[in-house]
Amino acid sequence: MEAPFRFDQQTCLCTTPLSVSAYYSAQNTRLEASEKRTKGSKINISLEQIKNLHKRFQQLSGDEDTISKENLESIPTLANNPIRKQIIGAFFDKRNQHRGEAGSCDQIGFEQFLMVMSHFRPPTLKMTAEEKEAMRREKLRFLFNMHDTDNDGTITLVEYRKVVEELLSKSGSIGQEAAEAIADAAMLEVASTNVPTMGPDDFYEGITFEHFEQILKGLEMESRMHIRFLDVDTTTMRCGKSTS
Amino acid sequence: MTSGTGPRGRPGAGRGLPERGLLLLLVLVLLEGSVVFPLGAASSPDVDPRGHSEDRAVAEESQNYSKKAFPVLSLDYHHIHVPFEIALWVLLASLMKLGFHLIPRLSSIVPESCLLIVVGLLVGGFIKLAGEKVPPVLDSQSFFLCLLPPIILDAGYFLPIRPFMENLGTILMFAVVGTLWNAFFVGGLLYAVCQIQPGNPSDLHNLELLPCLLFASIISAVDPVAVLAVFEEIHINELLHILVFGESLLNDAVTVVLYHLFEEYSGAGTVTILDGVLGVISFLVVALGGVLVGAIYGFLAAFTSRFTSHVRVIEPLFVFVYSYMAYLSAEMFHLSGIMALIACGAVMRPYVEANISHKSHTTIKYFLKMWSSVSETLIFIFLGVATVDGPHSWNWTFVTVTVLLCLVSRVIGVIGLTFVINKFRIVKLTTKDQFIVAYGGLRGAIAFSLGFLLEEKHFPMRDMFLTAIITVIFFTVFVQGMTIKPLVELLAVKKKQEAKRTINEEIHTQFLDHLLTGIEDICGHYGHHHWKDKLNRINKKYVKKCLIADERGREPQLIAFYHKMEMKQAIELVESGGGFKPPSALPSTVSMQNIQPKKPAAAKPVQRALPQLPKGREEEIRTILRSNLQRTRQRLRSYNRHTLVADPYEEGFSDFIIKKQKIIELEKKIIHMNNLTLPAAPPDSPTLCRARLASGTETDFKPAQQQKGKQSSPDPQAYRPKRDSVPTIQVDLASPQSPDSVNLMDEFRANGSRREEEEDQGLTMRPRGEDGRREQLTRCLSDPGPSADEDEDEPFLP
Repeated sequence: MEAPFRFDQQTCLCTTPLSVSAYYSAQNTRLEASEKRTKGSKINISLEQIKNLHKRFQQLSGDEDTISKENLESIPTLANNPIRKQIIGAFFDKRNQHRGEAGSCDQIGFEQFLMVMSHFRPPTLKMTAEEKEAMRREKLRFLFNMHDTDNDGTITLVEYRKVVEELLSKSGSIGQEAAEAIADAAMLEVASTNVPTMGPDDFYEGITFEHFEQILKGLEMESRMHIRFLDVDTTTMRCGKSTS
Repeated sequence: MTSGTGPRGRPGAGRGLPERGLLLLLVLVLLEGSVVFPLGAASSPDVDPRGHSEDRAVAEESQNYSKKAFPVLSLDYHHIHVPFEIALWVLLASLMKLGFHLIPRLSSIVPESCLLIVVGLLVGGFIKLAGEKVPPVLDSQSFFLCLLPPIILDAGYFLPIRPFMENLGTILMFAVVGTLWNAFFVGGLLYAVCQIQPGNPSDLHNLELLPCLLFASIISAVDPVAVLAVFEEIHINELLHILVFGESLLNDAVTVVLYHLFEEYSGAGTVTILDGVLGVISFLVVALGGVLVGAIYGFLAAFTSRFTSHVRVIEPLFVFVYSYMAYLSAEMFHLSGIMALIACGAVMRPYVEANISHKSHTTIKYFLKMWSSVSETLIFIFLGVATVDGPHSWNWTFVTVTVLLCLVSRVIGVIGLTFVINKFRIVKLTTKDQFIVAYGGLRGAIAFSLGFLLEEKHFPMRDMFLTAIITVIFFTVFVQGMTIKPLVELLAVKKKQEAKRTINEEIHTQFLDHLLTGIEDICGHYGHHHWKDKLNRINKKYVKKCLIADERGREPQLIAFYHKMEMKQAIELVESGGGFKPPSALPSTVSMQNIQPKKPAAAKPVQRALPQLPKGREEEIRTILRSNLQRTRQRLRSYNRHTLVADPYEEGFSDFIIKKQKIIELEKKIIHMNNLTLPAAPPDSPTLCRARLASGTETDFKPAQQQKGKQSSPDPQAYRPKRDSVPTIQVDLASPQSPDSVNLMDEFRANGSRREEEEDQGLTMRPRGEDGRREQLTRCLSDPGPSADEDEDEPFLP
């Protein structure tokens, strides 16, 4: 239960204002601080969940303070995931750390890890409509960032093709053949729903975030994009890493 | 007499067609009623062994013998009366269904189920008026073995698996705990009320606890037929629909167990704790056993369908027969037949659909819909007839208390359960949702049939029970069924999105699935997504290999979705009349060229090979096409009892459709060319653009279109030339008599003034290489080609 908690500022490569927590000495106060801060940045993850996630974090990093891509790549159950690369990439994407920076980093600390995880929290019943809307946008933004690899604010056809290709990467040659066609069809759909009248010489550059929101309206992202943090318990946690 | 009744029914239907409203409908009912009761007169119904009619027949016969003359025309109604009456009922049901849809205003106010019950009441009334005994139409045998299965199979086969599984916990909670709660709450309080009746020594005092509980368990289950009938009309959102509907399906197991349990012990008088434990075990056996039986038959059906590729005609039959077998097998062991059917339908569907042909799939769809809607109609009519018929014993106290308790227990049950469920649910149920779930708890014919099944000698109060059951059914169907629609509007409950699922949504659904699985893996938490992913992988790796014959059937979901969508649009395109209307609702002018990234290649002039047909050549092509077109038609017409269409087209159904359309288009184009008309550019069709991309090879084409600056139209690439079944017209470029009748598109556009000059010097084609040229040209010729925009550029043909 009492996992060792070392949080060293020296090893934290992603310097963040949040890493001040390193100065706290007692582990619980530190985690609580973490919680407070995450609450400050509108992330409602309870202390219990943070503890659990922290345990998992240490397990993955091998008791280091930061986690690297290799750490995540070595998770055995992730190996079968067709979009593994993108998922891992999202963790190291600075855009998902709420700091208004772009680019990616090599290693992330626990708080960044939490930040990324916080995109997957479920909505609560008490949320107002605006809060829900904000949450939806935030989740959509996360997805959008996963697609928009060059951070130019649009998902171009090339990027979209890549997404579909990755999605079908586990299904062999049929997948690769169909991927392009599907991406094109999808792109065409986006273009025709959002810009219904286009002159022949117009060029639809790519999906902007507004268009992205528009096309995924029906999916009710705010309620679907979540995982159950609450159920994270220590017994199942072992399975991921230690069986490898 | 019988020969007279048939024709009398028909004109009634004919007259009903011009929408004369309710009056004519009543005439129709009258006619039907008059049709029914003479029949009843001719042959007394099943209960009564055919008394006098048989005598009459015998008398007739003896008369014939005495005359010794050959009977030129004889009447033997008795011989056919059972199927004849069944057919008449079905006809009545279908005509009613038809009638209601002719009066749109009526059906928007009153749900169909209510109207049908009223019709049943009227028909029953007529039969009674004629002084005949009403046939026990809704007896339990025919209801459970014939009328119910089609409806449940339809529900199971088209069960939206995803929302169902996502909400399985909630559904089970409502179905099991909710129904139990309802049964015991209503039963207990009913018993209490029966006991407290000071100064009114009615026979209610004699009612014991167990019959009360039995009655309550019958009355407490939400009925799938009633729910389907009402919820289909109010178009509620998917979540609420699946919650109420799923509950009505899954509570069957609880009802079956409770029913048998109480029926068993109401004779004995007491229930011990052991019986309770056995009841719980029995519940598990009934529910899981039902699902298991259904799943086994489902897999059998899927496996069988793997081998039907040569006998396409009987494919749909397997689906029906296996499902029915599953139902009967489950009923044989007193397992839950409904759950067996649901499981069977849901299990077999993905595999069967991958194996069977497109037409068989359509057949299955239509048959299921037809059967279930006729069954549903009959059930409601029969409910009305049975109401008129039934021996009623009206007891104000009992009936009122029952209705009230049903309502109260439902409301309390839903609120209490939601309170618990909401602790675990991510998407919480709001107060509105709770209200609709509670209000949508309609009771229906299953309860009535179960009540009908009770034996008079064990349950002296059977008549009172039946009356109360009917009252509750009528109350829920009429009051709740009629008011739920306005209430849904009033509360602004979220409605079902009518829009079709778009490809972007499909992509992101898949993407999200993988993403959440991945995040769960990173968290080290083995949650829903993890197990679902595992199951999917097993399914893909082993089960599909066993059950699906065709390699193509095993393609990933996203690709399958894409192909299905393509096909649907192609069919719509053809059905909408030659493809000159946009298939989708959105009148968009966006085409593939708008989204293609501008490649550097687009900058330089592109070779756009366009054939210019000389007159003779054109005529030749036209005859070829026409003969081809005719031949396909002939092939379609040729009738064979065992196959539907001559083979090559059966498989490539979509190809066939696209091809046919292409031919029509090309013909049109040629006509245009002759008339020198400039047709308006047809609206863009996304399908074809997509299809063009699907072929994937002609990158050199797209820039050409871009250059042209026309919006793309149905174009050659939609149709892949590599298929064998396609008639391609080879034009040999090298041959001297084929003129170099090709011009360059963009040159054309650039200076339209040069047209005459160009015509003089002949048409040239400047492709890069010989191979490329030939390929392009054959493609252009073998397909109708981008018709309209080309037309525009070719007005100078004589």
